[in-house]
Amino acid sequence: MTFEKIMFYLFAGILILAAIRVITARNPVHSALFLVLAFFSSACLWILLEAEFLAITLVLVYVGAVMVLFLFVVMMLNVNVDTMREGFIKYLPIGVAVAVISAIEMGIVITANFGSDKAPALVRHGVDYKNTEAIGRVLYTEYLFAFEVAAVLLLVAIVAAIALTMRKRPNTKFQNPSEQVLVKKADRLRVVKMKSEERQS
Amino acid sequence: MITLSDYLLVSAILFCLSLAGIFLNRKNVIILLMSIELMLLSVNINFVAFSTFLQDISGQVFVFFILTVAAAEAAIGLAILVVLYRSKQSINVDDMDSMKG
Repeated sequence: MTFEKIMFYLFAGILILAAIRVITARNPVHSALFLVLAFFSSACLWILLEAEFLAITLVLVYVGAVMVLFLFVVMMLNVNVDTMREGFIKYLPIGVAVAVISAIEMGIVITANFGSDKAPALVRHGVDYKNTEAIGRVLYTEYLFAFEVAAVLLLVAIVAAIALTMRKRPNTKFQNPSEQVLVKKADRLRVVKMKSEERQS
Repeated sequence: MITLSDYLLVSAILFCLSLAGIFLNRKNVIILLMSIELMLLSVNINFVAFSTFLQDISGQVFVFFILTVAAAEAAIGLAILVVLYRSKQSINVDDMDSMKG
């Protein structure tokens, strides 16, 4: 058993255990943290596959952004854990049955069609191979339009998320800078001519 | 040597686990969203494994786009969840029956 194989089984085992804890943890915060662990160990698997750029992207985008968003939402909402667990035992047999049956089916298909005798062996690149450069060369030529559409999609997602969660509070006080800038002396200051008071004697 | 079927089996097991997660946590929308993220992750592992073993970089470009779409989906899904919680004070799936579906 080579070092590479030991690393593969270690990361795959951590990934599977973390996924099991994600779906069985009682507290949603624990689920989110185990999901972080799952993303991290799959990033390690991708590094074993020489996909370094995507592994780093997974850690940055998912662990850094998406999971933090999940944790924010989980901690912001006051979730009653016990009512959320209703039906867990009731649906446990059918859930496990469906998962096991589909796992067996997928396993049969995979071992029959992609076994070690049928699939191509892994060809390791040399030290001078740059994964990021290889992706960039394809991404900015062949997939340029798709790349731009993805950028627009992210923009639409930002606008949609802000538009959905923004709300007007009627009693909030706020400043209007354009009115503040446009104000004139006459708007604020009133010079009044008065007759001077007579001396009281 | 690690073969292609090893990676495919790992991602198949991950997919089935997240499928079971949707069955088990059918009340909690947050865990449902997390299960969907796990499913997308298992699909991504498949893409990367095929891309490396078949010597075709396009698979990794597809993973890039899937990551983009999944990030947008998670952001909008959580925004909808926050709006829902504000109006119903609950994220239980059973409370979302105003459309009588």
